[in-house]
Amino acid sequence: MNLATTALRAGWSRGLIELRQSFTNGPELFSHFLWPCLMVATMFFIRDMSFGSSGLPLSTLALPSILGMNAAVGVISMSQQLTADREDGTLLRAKATPHGMPAYLIGKVISVSGGLLADLVIFLVPGVLIVEGLAIGPGSWPTLAWVLALGLVATLPIGAVLGSVFGSARAQGLLQLPFLAVIGISGIFYPITALPEWLQGIAQVFPIYWMGLGMRSALLPDSAAAIEIGESWRHLETAGVLGAWAVLGLLVAPMVLRRMARGESGSSVAARRERALQRIG
Amino acid sequence: MTTSEKVVLDVGGLRMRYGSVDVLHDVTFQVRHGEVLALLGPNGAGKTTTIEILEGFRIRSAGRVEVLGTDPAHGDERWRARLGVVLQSWRDHGNWRVREFLEHLGGYYAGYATPRIRRPWDTGELLEAVGLAGQAGKKIKTLSGGQRRRLDVAVGIVGRPELLFLDEPTASFDPRARSEFHDLVRGLVDAHETTVLLTTHDLDEAEKLADRIVVLNGGRIIADGTAGELARRIAGEDEVRWLLDGQRFVQKTADSTRFAQDLFARYGDGVQELEIHRASLEQTYLALVRQAESAAGSTKESTTESTTRSTTGSTTEAAR
Repeated sequence: MNLATTALRAGWSRGLIELRQSFTNGPELFSHFLWPCLMVATMFFIRDMSFGSSGLPLSTLALPSILGMNAAVGVISMSQQLTADREDGTLLRAKATPHGMPAYLIGKVISVSGGLLADLVIFLVPGVLIVEGLAIGPGSWPTLAWVLALGLVATLPIGAVLGSVFGSARAQGLLQLPFLAVIGISGIFYPITALPEWLQGIAQVFPIYWMGLGMRSALLPDSAAAIEIGESWRHLETAGVLGAWAVLGLLVAPMVLRRMARGESGSSVAARRERALQRIG
Repeated sequence: MTTSEKVVLDVGGLRMRYGSVDVLHDVTFQVRHGEVLALLGPNGAGKTTTIEILEGFRIRSAGRVEVLGTDPAHGDERWRARLGVVLQSWRDHGNWRVREFLEHLGGYYAGYATPRIRRPWDTGELLEAVGLAGQAGKKIKTLSGGQRRRLDVAVGIVGRPELLFLDEPTASFDPRARSEFHDLVRGLVDAHETTVLLTTHDLDEAEKLADRIVVLNGGRIIADGTAGELARRIAGEDEVRWLLDGQRFVQKTADSTRFAQDLFARYGDGVQELEIHRASLEQTYLALVRQAESAAGSTKESTTESTTRSTTGSTTEAAR
């Protein structure tokens, strides 16, 4: 076997095995369905409401936005899994194995993004049946694909960075609060143009807004662009902001990950567990 | 067991400093091919720091370290593939199944097979060797503590390492699990000429598994030798007791076997209730540690030699 492909092959098989596991054990299966089911229920209850004078049903606007948000949740999954894997020694195991670290990361990217795609389908299929007014045509899928792909490249490395920097499960819990706040202002459940302009400005810094916007552009009729900022889908800007996050993430993540990995040793894993046990006790 | 002259692990003047605190002072030792070396010492002696430096998980402050001819601080993937590591407590990959996990990890080593060393270890054979054939299809998190440890060893050797690190492998084991683990490691070492470096604070474990023992205390090596050598060097003499004509005798001697022979030659059946007490490693160990601690109190620059030379006097204290 070619040595250069060892990491790729091992990472690929890791990713698929972890993905399969996440759909064959109770708790993880539950979490795969919980969010999509909650969202579908939300769609159902708001199906008769519409946004202001535009006449567009709120659920029609929200469905693609939620798809975008779901994909952005990759930041949290990535970060949490990295932290958990540091605590139980998975990362140290990778470090003790030849090509273990790159294979670990490739595997993680595959399992996290595979899981997100699955969640997306779990939500999209019933969602489309409930929600009216979507414009799904042959042009929808390429847009959906590039927004999703670029979105994942923009968010997963950032997730890995956060997972490396915030070492404990408790810190991970705190991380969710600002994340929820960003979701709140990103025009997922209610169009962003209804917010004050300074909030709109903040929201446009983060990928979530742009991933929602991209998804809306893929699945909504062109006329719906009228209620967006600048009355346009702003594909160029979407690619620009997501691309900037991707570049930033891909530049910073290897450095931070390497630094974090350097500090991993048997005693650091043991010390973390000691602290975790003290919190429980 | 074939111990050749080839040095697999070479440590010279190793120092480790955290901030202004030195945790390793001038640690020097070698391990030869096929040898099992125990790094023995009380908690906090610097054993884990030493082994983590050798594993390449920690960067040393000073000194020379060569593991399989390579500086661990710059070890590449090829070097990594020749090592096996078993740490104190792994809890990872709980959702993986035993066979699936070993097969997956074996894949990382496939590219590093050599004409002499076939890599990785066949999964079926490996499961058989560590006694986990019956658990092959189980999820790792459902294994018992002893089984989990066997799996850790299996993972440590799946790439057929030339050098295996075992860091406190049986901490928190019950006596039966510990004894099973010793048999497992000893069997593997004998069958595959693996060089092993293990750390332990369990004297009994060091004596059972190791060809040679290095005693580490307060970040310094205070003794280096086989269990027998250490015992003899410190305690010096065995104790022979016997009963002759209703009278008890006690004699200290360096060669208890010869002494007993002479005894029988001289008195024949008159010798009764013969007891020979070998200089015990436990006494040796306690004496060493105690001696080193008091020496560290008086002079900072106590060397291995001066410590061992002057420990004889403290055996009585240790035996108390």
